[in-house]
Amino acid sequence: MGSIELVCPAGSPAMLKAAIEAGADSVYCGLRNDTNARNFPGLNFSPQELAEASAWAQARGRKVLVAVNTFARPGESARWRASIDAAASSGAHAVIVADLGLLAYARERWPNLRLHLSVQAAAGSPEAIRFYAETYNVRRVVLPRVLSVQEIAALGRQIETETEAFVFGGLCVMAEGRCALSSYAAKRSPNLCGVCSPPEAVAYTEEDETLVSRLAGYALDRYELGEKAGYPTLCKGRFEARGVLSYLFEDPVSLNAMGLLAGLRAAGVTAVKIEGRQRGKAYVTRVAGAFRQAIDALDAGGDPQAYEHLLTDLAEGGRETAGAYKKTWR
Amino acid sequence: MMEKPMQITLGPLMFHWPPEQLAAFYEAIAAEPTIDRVYLGEVVCGKRSPLTEHALAAAAERLVDAGKAVVWSGLALPATVRDRKAVAALTQASDLIEINDVSAMLGRDGPFVAGPLLNAYNEGAVKELARRGCVRLCPNVELSLEAISKIAGFHPAMEIEFFAFGRLPLALSGRCYHARSHGLHKDGCQFVCDQDPDGMTLRSLEGEAFLAVNGVQTLSHGVQLVDVPARDLRAAGVTALRLSPHSGDMTAVARAFRAYADNRLSPCELAEDVRKAGAPGPFVNGYLRGEAGGESSRFG
Repeated sequence: MGSIELVCPAGSPAMLKAAIEAGADSVYCGLRNDTNARNFPGLNFSPQELAEASAWAQARGRKVLVAVNTFARPGESARWRASIDAAASSGAHAVIVADLGLLAYARERWPNLRLHLSVQAAAGSPEAIRFYAETYNVRRVVLPRVLSVQEIAALGRQIETETEAFVFGGLCVMAEGRCALSSYAAKRSPNLCGVCSPPEAVAYTEEDETLVSRLAGYALDRYELGEKAGYPTLCKGRFEARGVLSYLFEDPVSLNAMGLLAGLRAAGVTAVKIEGRQRGKAYVTRVAGAFRQAIDALDAGGDPQAYEHLLTDLAEGGRETAGAYKKTWR
Repeated sequence: MMEKPMQITLGPLMFHWPPEQLAAFYEAIAAEPTIDRVYLGEVVCGKRSPLTEHALAAAAERLVDAGKAVVWSGLALPATVRDRKAVAALTQASDLIEINDVSAMLGRDGPFVAGPLLNAYNEGAVKELARRGCVRLCPNVELSLEAISKIAGFHPAMEIEFFAFGRLPLALSGRCYHARSHGLHKDGCQFVCDQDPDGMTLRSLEGEAFLAVNGVQTLSHGVQLVDVPARDLRAAGVTALRLSPHSGDMTAVARAFRAYADNRLSPCELAEDVRKAGAPGPFVNGYLRGEAGGESSRFG
C-alpha cells in the first residue's frame, strides 16, 4: 500500500513555505478575491505570487493546488475564468473547482489542466463522481464530510477517481456547498462570496456578567466573562428546540481524524487534507509536522494514534471529533 | 400581444406527513384548478420513501386525472444504496423529472427540471445543464432577482420557476437533527420528523425563532413571500411560481398567487391572503434583493 499524500493549507506565500518545510506533500491556496472559499482580508495570493510559489514547490518535488471553488456570480464569470487562467498559467499542479460552468470552461480552455473537484461540489456518491470524471475528466474528488470510513471504502471500489479526505481543522456539519445558512442570516455565504458567518456580521455584547456572541443580531452563544469566547459560526451556535437549549447542529469542536489515518488509507483514500488557510504559519507548521510524523509512522508499520494528542490545543474550544467518519455521528 | 400567464406550480413536499394526510392533501390539490403542475417525490430523506410511496403513486394518478402535469422529483443528498437506486430509477423515466443532485445527471438522457437544491448559480452552469436536457430551472434560493434575470438573459429559452412561497430550503447534512433533538441517531430515528408538519422551529439563545429543522434538512423559520409586483418577475424572465407545500390551506395560497400572477392582487394583497391561508412563520424576501434571506420588506 502506497503512502498517503498530505495536503496542507496556505493562506500566504510564507504559510506555503512553512507547510512544505514542515512536511506537506501538497499545498492548496487561492487567489486574492471572491473566487475562492477563504476570501478573507489579508489572505491569499496574487497571480505572480502563485507562479513563484508553484516554481518554488516544484523545485522541491511538491505540488501546489489552486482553489477556484466558489460559484461564479451571474454576469461576472470573467473574474472566475481569469482565476482559472491564472492558476493554469502559474504552473500549479491542479485547480480545485466546484462550479459546473467553470469546470466546462477549464476543460475547454486548458485541455491538459488537472482538475480536482472541490468539496463545495458535495459529490459523495459514485454516480456524482463518475459524472464529473466522465464529463470534465476530473481526476480527484475532495470528499464531502458526510461519509463514514466504511462508506468511503465502498465508494473507492466503485470509482477510478482519486479521493481526498479532510482530516483536521474546522468542521462543516452541513454538506459543503449545499448550505445557505450564512446568507440567510448575514447576506454573504460560502457559495456566493467565499465566506461563512462573515466577520462584519459578528458582535460580542456584555450582558448580565456574561459575553454573548452574535451573528447578524442572533444570539448564538454565551460565555462567562474571562472565558475564551468562540467565533459565532452559525452551525456551531446554541439553539433551543423542543424547549431544550443545545448545540443542536454540532458542538464547538474541530475535526481530528488522525486516529483514522490507517482506516482511510485502507479505504483507498489518495490524500488527506488539513483545513485552515486562515490560520497562519505557526498553525500549519505544527499540524503539517504532526501529520507528517503520523503518516511516516504508518508507512513504517507503526501506530499514528500516538501523535493524535499533539494537536489537541489547536482545536476550537479544545475539543475534537472524528465527525462523520464514525457512523454514530449521524 | 398577450403575455403568456405565469404558471403556478406546487413544489415537492419537504416534510414527512403520514400517508392519510398526503392523500387528503393531494386530493384537495387535484381539485384546485389554479395549480398547473405538481412535483411529487421524497427529496429530503430516503428513509421516508417506503412509508409514503404508495400514497404518492395514488396521488400522481389522481392529479393526472385532474389534468395536472406531474413531475417526479429526486433526492437532494442520496446517501445509501437504496437512495442511489431510487435516483437511478428516476433518471430512467421517460417523462420530465426534477433533479436535485448531480448524481442524477449521470444516467439522464431525457428532459429535466433543475431543482433549487442543485447548484446552478450562473449562466455557465445553466449552459451545462441545458446541454444535457435541462428545460426548466428553479434557481437556488440564494440568487437575487437581478441574478436570475441575468441568467435568463443568457438563456431566453430556459423556463424559470421562481421559489415564491414557503420556508426556504437552506442546508442539508449527513446528520439528522430531528433525531438528535430527540436523543436518537439517524439510523434509529423512529421517524420523529413526522411530529413537525412544517419543520421544528429553532430559536436563538434569546428565544428568537430563526430556523426550522426537517430531518437532515435545515430551512428558514421565515416564509419566503415575493414582495415585488408580478410584472417585475416576468421582466426578470420568470415563467412559473413555485409554492412549497405547508400545512396551511395551500389551495387558498395557490388562488392568491394565481390572482397575483394575473396582476389582480398587489404584493400587499397577496401577503394578506396568504396570511389568512396560514403560514408557519413571518414573511421574508431579502434574497430577492440580494440581501440576507431573512430580511423582510414591509410590503409597502
